[in-house]
Amino acid sequence: MGKRVAVVGFGQTIGRSSRKDVNGVEIINEAVVAALADAELTIDDIDAIVIGNMDHFEGINYVDSWSVEGSGGVMKPIFKVTTGGTTGSSVAMCAYYHAASGMFDRVLAIGWEKNSESDTTGAIITAFDPFWERPNIGGAIAGLAVEASKYMSNYGVTERDGARVAVRERLHALNNPYAHLHQEWMKGMEVDQLVELLVTSEQNQVLAYPLRMSDMCPRTDGAAAVVFASEDVAEKIAPIPAWVVATANRHDYVYLGDLNWDVNETLRDASRKVFEKAGIKEPLKEIDVCELYMPYSYAGLKWMENIGFCGPGEGPKLLWDGTTDMDGELPVNPSGGVMSYNAIGATALIRVGEAAIQVMRKAGTRQVQKDVNYALSTGFGGCSWADVMLLGKNKPA
Amino acid sequence: MEKVGIVGVGQTKYERKKEDTFAELVFEACTGALADAGVGIEDIDNVVTVSNDFWDGRTISSMAVMDAAGSWDKDISTVEGDGVFGAMYGMMRALSGSFDTTLVVAHVKGSEGNMNLITNAMFDPIFQRQLGIDATSSAALQARSYMEKTGATEEDFARVSVKNHGNGVNNPFAQIQKKISVDDVMKSRKISEPLKLFDCSPITDGAAAIVISNEKGMKRFKKDPVWILGAAHISDSYTLGYRDLTSSPALEAAVKKAYGMAGITDPLKELDVVELADVYSYMELLWYEGLGLAPKGKGADLIRSGATAMDGDLPVNPSGGLLCAHPVLVAGLARIIEATLQIRGEAGDRQVKGANKALAHGINGPCGQAHGVFVLGS
Repeated sequence: MGKRVAVVGFGQTIGRSSRKDVNGVEIINEAVVAALADAELTIDDIDAIVIGNMDHFEGINYVDSWSVEGSGGVMKPIFKVTTGGTTGSSVAMCAYYHAASGMFDRVLAIGWEKNSESDTTGAIITAFDPFWERPNIGGAIAGLAVEASKYMSNYGVTERDGARVAVRERLHALNNPYAHLHQEWMKGMEVDQLVELLVTSEQNQVLAYPLRMSDMCPRTDGAAAVVFASEDVAEKIAPIPAWVVATANRHDYVYLGDLNWDVNETLRDASRKVFEKAGIKEPLKEIDVCELYMPYSYAGLKWMENIGFCGPGEGPKLLWDGTTDMDGELPVNPSGGVMSYNAIGATALIRVGEAAIQVMRKAGTRQVQKDVNYALSTGFGGCSWADVMLLGKNKPA
Repeated sequence: MEKVGIVGVGQTKYERKKEDTFAELVFEACTGALADAGVGIEDIDNVVTVSNDFWDGRTISSMAVMDAAGSWDKDISTVEGDGVFGAMYGMMRALSGSFDTTLVVAHVKGSEGNMNLITNAMFDPIFQRQLGIDATSSAALQARSYMEKTGATEEDFARVSVKNHGNGVNNPFAQIQKKISVDDVMKSRKISEPLKLFDCSPITDGAAAIVISNEKGMKRFKKDPVWILGAAHISDSYTLGYRDLTSSPALEAAVKKAYGMAGITDPLKELDVVELADVYSYMELLWYEGLGLAPKGKGADLIRSGATAMDGDLPVNPSGGLLCAHPVLVAGLARIIEATLQIRGEAGDRQVKGANKALAHGINGPCGQAHGVFVLGS
């Protein structure tokens, strides 16, 4: 029971801080056209659509209805899934379940955001309790700054460690033509030199200690679309489909004050569930490449531990010895990650799409130079919502 | 499609100004559904919540009801749309092989929002919003064009309202329990020409939850399930000017699929009861046609004939429908719950005798842009 499902196509728009040349429906259409072209399908081949974004960013209600003339949803099954930062991965999971249910063969997952039309942090603040949390810790940056401080205190981690993650992400982004941040000035400079610059430069403003501008993701205008196909058609569409090996999610908290700030428990538990389903025992050895939703630098340390790639406090070592660089044992975020392109409703879907193209060997200049049997993607969102999807080259048993 | 059914239902009383928080409403509905299913939260494999950030005035509105929905350490996701679409996703998850049982819960507090502003926000921000258009004024345009096209009259719309209000008296969950006459409707306050107060659904607070299980999961439950025989959802175009507002091709396409799955060829004869989205009275006539219960343009004839009254061949909205309680988003789940209770024979004073096959219906978007339907049976 239940069909096996694969990713067979991926399209994304170029990330920019402001796309004044297109409206929301048009940017959605750009991504849809690109994904269909990638899968060599037309919209007529699509059996159902799932779309997601954050209502309060653009201020548009019922986006699934509003966008059908761009998404291709006219006279098709379509609905909206929205879970905050995880929206894109939740949309991907929903498209997966559409196909796995046996009801639909080819399902289009769409995520988008025009952050240039939004007061992003203003909108994010309203995710939190109006009495207890909005006045003091709501929004994107405050909670992450608290998490980073706690992590630094627990393990003697320094700002240099955080900066090293930022350097990796931005260097990787230079290989990704779609990335929003292309920090060309970094080209040709040594990693140590770049880290030193980020932690000492007065231009690199502190937003909330220890987080500086360079530690945070940008706000991007962009859209992405991923085509999922059931086992009945996947191999006919793609030469190398990226099979969904396992997926799971956790969202266990309503209040930031209830979180265990030492461990990202939801990411840990969702990852464990996925590894258990997939039979993965040693994630670091068995997984070949990752596209992880890391919205800020310290996630590249602590959350690696929580996923299970290394032990508590060992994130900095994994980073500094180059394991997660493009030529390392486990390249993390060849695309440059969330810290280089963050169109919020699309962000977690781009993780799935980027992981898929590594399996499909269609990642171009950012393709990892090794066999990819397993690629891991994650989504992260409000009050520690964690989505995890493992993609693989081999059709699951 | 593998067999999948509904094994538990729960809903709050629908009221205008509830004091409960979103989480309290969700908890009440979920607790009710679990009790009805005769299981604990440990028997639920995953959860789908239904909410809308505009109605809740809160980004990631579903974040606030995670604990109330009992999804701790379980997979959870959120559909933003009518509950019928949440049920659709819940069903897919139960069919996917990853989970056997899904709890689907929807909540809304219409009384804490401003319907005009919230539904104005579903229209094009540059060209249309400034006109002040909202759910009601766009519906009025649709009602007017339906009258022009079919010759249906305001009295025909009033007949729908009279029927559903009459039914609502028998539903202890309904917000409005008041028998009215055609004259009462015709004399009620104008809201948006040609729609009057009793042609419009009320502002409502409430929550509803259902438990869906696949065949493998059924052994956890004592009661016989109500089976999902067919289910489908389809969206029409968005721009009102691109649509023929006097017909509902999306509903026609959705029921074609759902009836096909359920093996239904003559819905008027084969269905025993229908619960549909009568957000405004005229919509019921339009959906009659979309559902294939009346020929094109002849919806008014069906209400005039009395066929859809409680003592007719095919009672429509024995619960009183949305005209008697319209918890936005919750509405579609409430229709599924009502259909389930009818098939179980547990619908109390609103029971349709011998109901075996029922249809539940929900809509998304302006003027019924997208439709979702479930055909349920014993």
